[in-house]
Amino acid sequence: MNVRLYLWQRATAAVMAPLVVVHIAVIFYATRHGMSAADILSRTRGSIAWAAFYGLFVSAVSIHASIGVRNVLSEWTPLNERRVDACAVFFGLVLAVLGLRAVAAVVLP
Amino acid sequence: MIGRAAKHRDSALWIAAMVHRVSGLALAIFLPLHFLALGLALESEARLESFLRWSDQPLVKAAEIAFVFLFTAHLLGGLRILVIENFDWRDGQKQLATLAAALSAIVAFAFLVRVF
Amino acid sequence: MTTELSVSLWRGARNGRYETYRVPLRSSQTVLDVVTFVQRHIDPTLSYRFACRVGVCGSCAMTVNGKPRWTCRTHVAKVAGGGRLEIGPLANLPVIKDLATDMQPFFEKWQQAKSAFAPTKTRHDAIARIRPDTPARKAADAAIECINCGVCYAACDTVRWNADYLGPAALTRAWTLVNDERDGGNIARLEAIAGAGGCHACHSHQSCQELCPQALNPTAAIAGLKRRTAAAYLKGEIKV
Repeated sequence: MNVRLYLWQRATAAVMAPLVVVHIAVIFYATRHGMSAADILSRTRGSIAWAAFYGLFVSAVSIHASIGVRNVLSEWTPLNERRVDACAVFFGLVLAVLGLRAVAAVVLP
Repeated sequence: MIGRAAKHRDSALWIAAMVHRVSGLALAIFLPLHFLALGLALESEARLESFLRWSDQPLVKAAEIAFVFLFTAHLLGGLRILVIENFDWRDGQKQLATLAAALSAIVAFAFLVRVF
Repeated sequence: MTTELSVSLWRGARNGRYETYRVPLRSSQTVLDVVTFVQRHIDPTLSYRFACRVGVCGSCAMTVNGKPRWTCRTHVAKVAGGGRLEIGPLANLPVIKDLATDMQPFFEKWQQAKSAFAPTKTRHDAIARIRPDTPARKAADAAIECINCGVCYAACDTVRWNADYLGPAALTRAWTLVNDERDGGNIARLEAIAGAGGCHACHSHQSCQELCPQALNPTAAIAGLKRRTAAAYLKGEIKV
């Protein structure tokens, strides 16, 4: 961990704090109303707001989680620094690709 | 390592840090699966719907409740760090950490009540 | 009411083992008294460190029932539940023999953190007038009483997990210097503590703060350093 990674991780954490609260509220709302796939998708499809919200969320979590995983790998496994960096970058890319694909899946009309 | 497990690891703040780390790891494992599930909508709405129905079974719902707890705990643990690092030092953090754990449990319990 | 204490002491170096001794239980006994009794009356080959015996030098720090403490200031009555005591050398440091550790890595990290005063004046200049009530001086004074006993370093899990981590003591001293208006070495110091193993490796477990016998707060000092290095980096004053 150095000052650069630290700033990215803390900044994305701060950005996500309110997004997490909204997301929990969304989950509660969806489960309370027993929403089906059709109900959910009818609200998200074609919505710029949902695209922006979850697009931002996915981007932030890809950075935040990959740096977090990097710390854990570095402290709790015997992997050397280059391997740890490679794993973290790979994981971040996996999250970004799958995440943005998931956002596209629910917002594209 | 010489000696048995150190007693300071009974401290509420140390436990808070461990919960934060372990919850982060659990969420890191969960997230790609979560994204793959949502991506099913790319195939068809029916495909997503059948997945949602599959996830109605009690074992999956129990796992979801666990994730809601971990998600909330990770958020509150993260807020603990952001406060320590960006504001003046405050005492009484142990009590706040315990409160955060209780709050996560309450949120998870509220979710449980909704889905069961 | 038992009259004897069963105490396990670490014997040997890294590949040693605990050996058990029976020691008479006395009122107001400290853990250092127990160790001294073993060395004087049972086994003279026991190696351990102490100096002042009265809680001002920090030399007698050892692991007592899993926690790093000053043994001269730890009453047996407070820690020996059930008449048993386990004493080992400080964690996170190489063991020389028995209860004595090699403090060299601890002090090397002190140097690596550039936690040494960098003067800007000479003896020919007037003495600097430092106000004791400025926020910076108060922050420095709150952290200055470190006597390098190593308890925080031994307690820290991040030190245990991260071989590069400079540790709470070195960083706390760096914090006092960062707040010292007479010091001229801040750019180099902030760069030294902004890289891998620097202040950002701290996870705020706060074992250091809970166990420091001088009631210092390395977690708070390190939090301050995180802010200072972040600001310096964003302003382009340091490179990482």
